[in-house]
Amino acid sequence: MEKLLEEFSLGLFFWQTLLFGLLLFLLWKFAWKPILSAVNDREEGIKDALAAAEDAKKEMQNVTADSEKLLKEARAEREAMLKEAREIKDKLIADSKDQAKVEGDKMIKQAQAAIESEKKAAVADIKSQVANLSVDIAEKVIKEQLSDKNKQLKLVDDLLGDIKLN
Amino acid sequence: MHRFLETDILSNMCIHVTKFLLAAALLLSGNAFAKENESSDDSKKDLKTEIKEYIAHHLKDSHDFSLFSYTNEAHEHKYVGFPLPVILWDNGLKMFSSSKFHHGKTLAEVDGNYYKLYHSKIYKTDAVGTINYDEEHHATNAKPIDFSITKSVVMIFITGLLMFFLFRGLAKSYAKNNGIPTGVGRFFEPIVLYIRDDIARPNIGEKKYKRYMPFLLSIFFFIWFLNIFGLTPLGVNVTGNIAITFALALLTFLFTNLTGTKDYWMHIFDPLGDTLPWYGKLILYPILIPIELLGLFIKPFSLLIRLYANMQAGHIVLMSLIGLMFLFKSWLGSPLSFGLAFAISLIEILVALLQAYIFTMLSALYFGFAAVEHDHADAH
Repeated sequence: MEKLLEEFSLGLFFWQTLLFGLLLFLLWKFAWKPILSAVNDREEGIKDALAAAEDAKKEMQNVTADSEKLLKEARAEREAMLKEAREIKDKLIADSKDQAKVEGDKMIKQAQAAIESEKKAAVADIKSQVANLSVDIAEKVIKEQLSDKNKQLKLVDDLLGDIKLN
Repeated sequence: MHRFLETDILSNMCIHVTKFLLAAALLLSGNAFAKENESSDDSKKDLKTEIKEYIAHHLKDSHDFSLFSYTNEAHEHKYVGFPLPVILWDNGLKMFSSSKFHHGKTLAEVDGNYYKLYHSKIYKTDAVGTINYDEEHHATNAKPIDFSITKSVVMIFITGLLMFFLFRGLAKSYAKNNGIPTGVGRFFEPIVLYIRDDIARPNIGEKKYKRYMPFLLSIFFFIWFLNIFGLTPLGVNVTGNIAITFALALLTFLFTNLTGTKDYWMHIFDPLGDTLPWYGKLILYPILIPIELLGLFIKPFSLLIRLYANMQAGHIVLMSLIGLMFLFKSWLGSPLSFGLAFAISLIEILVALLQAYIFTMLSALYFGFAAVEHDHADAH
């Protein structure tokens, strides 16, 4: 301790305090303050930039989500439209099939009716022709057969016989 | 705290190692030169005292800036360097060049007064330069108050200038380069940030650290640069000077106590708070408060002693090892001490940084105590 006190120099202490005080003041004003504020500004800037980037990222994600949603919606709509179209098509086909069937049936019925009436007419015609022919044949047969008395008698007998059977 | 103790222990170990080496050297030289004639042994002893004196001289402040000295062919001791102004207060201001002392060989006569440079201190003497001693061989001559611009003052000034231009340059480079430092500032900016983020912020707290930053930065770089300058061949032992460390620690002390909050003072004068009833305090506080008050002074005192002792020890170890080279003068011993001196130099570069860090760190810690603000009931 005594050695320390002996070594202590008041002059050096004075100069050290004075010069260091001056240095402290000058550095405070001209160096540390601008350095610390510049560093602080830079750090704030970096922080802000990072936050902005984060925001942008989030926004980007939102946009992507939105567009995905839109895409999904569009896809669903297309799907729905296609389905509807298919349904319409099926319905149309079914409808036209029905109509065609109805029409066909109608036509067939008409045709059948026409055929029936034709047939009837034809049958009637045939009947009348057959009747005429029969009458002609019968006339000829009877004319020939009635040329002979016996034959006439026989015929009468036969006819009578037929009547009996009836 | 352990780390700090470790460095102190390291320095102590260095001293022990040196002591051991010195003892070994004495033994070796004693054996080696026992066979030779007496005069050689005498010259060896002279060399030893010369080295011892040289180290003692180096550790002290000096009134002239000597770079080196040598003895020429005519056996004259020549000094290379430049004189510095001597400023004395002795019933009036006296200023003269230190060249008047001729390195302590002559008296300086100023206005009819005679001054003598004796062991790096200036004494007032009579016309023939008599120094009177007391029983313990201390000079009893009158000592005028010495405000001389000594070697240390010059180095403080140079360091101050260097720091100013360095950090002014760094501050300016931000504006020039869009917020990014250029040149040497790129090296120093991370250190500034380290002091802010790892010393000031955790110890003082987010709210108040900004107030103490300029002081912390200034002492850190001031101590570090001066420590490093002490390791250069200029060999100025500025931070190993008690007046310097005292001035630095005094500033820490003043900053701590002048910025102390109410909680800080409550901590000193009412350390137990509500945890103890008043009659308990009546018994304990006459012991506790003086201890707390003593702590106020012990904290900066430990700062000043730690820095002083570490730098002083480093210089002693280094110079002793270098001195050993001249004592050994052998093919084995001298390279060995050179290697050791080199290794210690490397350690000293680390210590230079470490001591600056410790001083700053502990100052920040004390500022943290002073800046404390909390609900007293839930603390401790």
